[in-house]
Amino acid sequence: MPEELVLTVARIGFLVLLWIFVFTVVGVIRRDLFAGVRSRLVAAPRRVGAVAPGAAAAAKVRKGRAAHQLVVTAGALAGTKITLGEQPITIGRAEDSTLVITDDYASARHARLVPRSGQWLLEDLGSTNGTYLDRAKVSGPTPVPLGVPIRIGRTALELRP
Amino acid sequence: MTASTTSSPAPAAAAGPRAPTRRNAELALLLFAMGVVTVYAAAVEYGVNHHLGRFWLLPLLLTLVFLAMHLAVRFLAPYADPAIVPAVALLNGLGVVFLRRIDLDPKMPDLDYHPNLVDFGGIAFKQLIWTVAAVIVATVALVVVRDHRTLSRYAYTLGFTGLVLMMIPAILPASLSEVNGAKLWIRFGGFFQIQPGEFAKILVLSFFAYYLVRKREVLSLASRRVLGVDFPRGRDLGPVLMVWGVSLLVLVFEKDLGTSLLYFGMFVVTLYIATERVSWLIIGLLLFFGGAFAAYLLGAAVGGPFANFYGRVGVWLHPFDDPNRSGYQLVQSLLGLGTGGLFGSGPGAGFPDQVPAVYNDFIFAGLGEEIGLFGLTALLMVYLVIAERGLRAAIAVRDSFGKLMAGGLAFTLALQVFVIVGGVTKLIPLTGQTTPFLSAGGSSLMANWLLIALLLRVSDASRRPAGGVTASGAAPVKLAGLATEVMR
Repeated sequence: MPEELVLTVARIGFLVLLWIFVFTVVGVIRRDLFAGVRSRLVAAPRRVGAVAPGAAAAAKVRKGRAAHQLVVTAGALAGTKITLGEQPITIGRAEDSTLVITDDYASARHARLVPRSGQWLLEDLGSTNGTYLDRAKVSGPTPVPLGVPIRIGRTALELRP
Repeated sequence: MTASTTSSPAPAAAAGPRAPTRRNAELALLLFAMGVVTVYAAAVEYGVNHHLGRFWLLPLLLTLVFLAMHLAVRFLAPYADPAIVPAVALLNGLGVVFLRRIDLDPKMPDLDYHPNLVDFGGIAFKQLIWTVAAVIVATVALVVVRDHRTLSRYAYTLGFTGLVLMMIPAILPASLSEVNGAKLWIRFGGFFQIQPGEFAKILVLSFFAYYLVRKREVLSLASRRVLGVDFPRGRDLGPVLMVWGVSLLVLVFEKDLGTSLLYFGMFVVTLYIATERVSWLIIGLLLFFGGAFAAYLLGAAVGGPFANFYGRVGVWLHPFDDPNRSGYQLVQSLLGLGTGGLFGSGPGAGFPDQVPAVYNDFIFAGLGEEIGLFGLTALLMVYLVIAERGLRAAIAVRDSFGKLMAGGLAFTLALQVFVIVGGVTKLIPLTGQTTPFLSAGGSSLMANWLLIALLLRVSDASRRPAGGVTASGAAPVKLAGLATEVMR
């Protein structure tokens, strides 16, 4: 009888443990899946605090919302997210661009996003078909507000908090 | 898991908001997975031998091997997804311990009794050695491929090598390539044999990804509309028809439906990912079912190279017509799964000796008898997690080649699980595919770990904060060497 009891415990215990593992993994993934959404809904204080000192002050002036992600909203790369750091982002068809877009209307070195005191400036790098911020063609360095589409060929990008 | 967001210092990370690497979450999940494997090992040992013995030895060795993999990821792909390695390690670990359970069983008909762990005759020990080799292969892949985009530069070489590897078993004489009626192998003497198709699929896939990145515009723009669905032009269909033909040839000469389904599905899905056209899926499914049906009819009419396929379909449709000969394996598998029921007979309490080839193709049936539908579903969930993480990496990565490669790799893994589990459970005709990470066999284990290494590489690139990529990534391209831009 104790023999069967041990076997039953082992059998049920293993199955329960297996499922707990599955749910733990899903839990870890879930956090990852909704990380982007959550930071959009709630202004994450940890992230704002982590911005470089000069930039943090500037960012706080603008309702404490700085851009932390560049999201591709339309085109072949739709869904791609880039976590923004302190480095400029280059966009184009060239292999060494930060965002390599395969778009027939894009130039090899099409545009550049440069961080300057807490905001991101969009510059066109002499592209053939032009870079647009919403509907306006970009001629010189232009600050990019959050959520406004940057259009390059058939691709659209947005800054997100 | 609360400490998981702490990031380890990464050289590439820029100052400012540092993205979490989540390596500690991976470590915690990995240790949890190894805990599950240890409990399974104890249950198996007690279930078969009625005493615990040194049950902890095998899980301990496995834990050391996978910790080495974790360290490799920590240093070589610090931003990679935290769920992939633990999920794969769980499956691999449970597979090895199940093989140990078969070694322990004195009833196994076609294997000797191997009560000792360190025993080169035992399949569990062999599989442990293969696991070590597979982890080394994955680590080497992470070292060599520092940026997945470098693969696209060797795409034609890789694709050609893949095709050659795929064809070799079909060309070799049966004495050198045939095992259990399927010509999939290259045999070196009686002891050592490899299944080149397992590696070929990864090579061919990287070529597919490269080709489709180049052609996606043409494939998705030029089309004719028939019945509300956009169909591509005839000349763009060329490569698809070619791959369709090759996969049918593989089916005929290697007597293997599974591999051809795998290659063809891989190509159709990468096409679909590249072009976002449902018409490709419809065309692909029609072609595959048409081809398979034609092969069945040919097998019925003329036999010859199609006879094997015809026979397999016959067994699939009516396994109980001849339960002691042709249908024996499938019938035993179904009876085993049925005996297991919802919660299984318990680890070590089943009769895996009743199912032929329970240690590789039919491992899902053997496991299913002992852990039941409840346990098998958990295992399928783990596969689902791996595939989902791969697709996630594909969505998030910044270049089209990486997207196609990761999406294709993740899909291929899922399709392979579908093909073999579907075969064992009589959903589709049975084909000799290995169950990824569970089955005994070095080729499959190494190839699948290689696939995981590539997924980790793409996942690392997709989650790494911008700025570090260009510094460590591809060398700058000279503007003068670039193709002229299209203006329309």
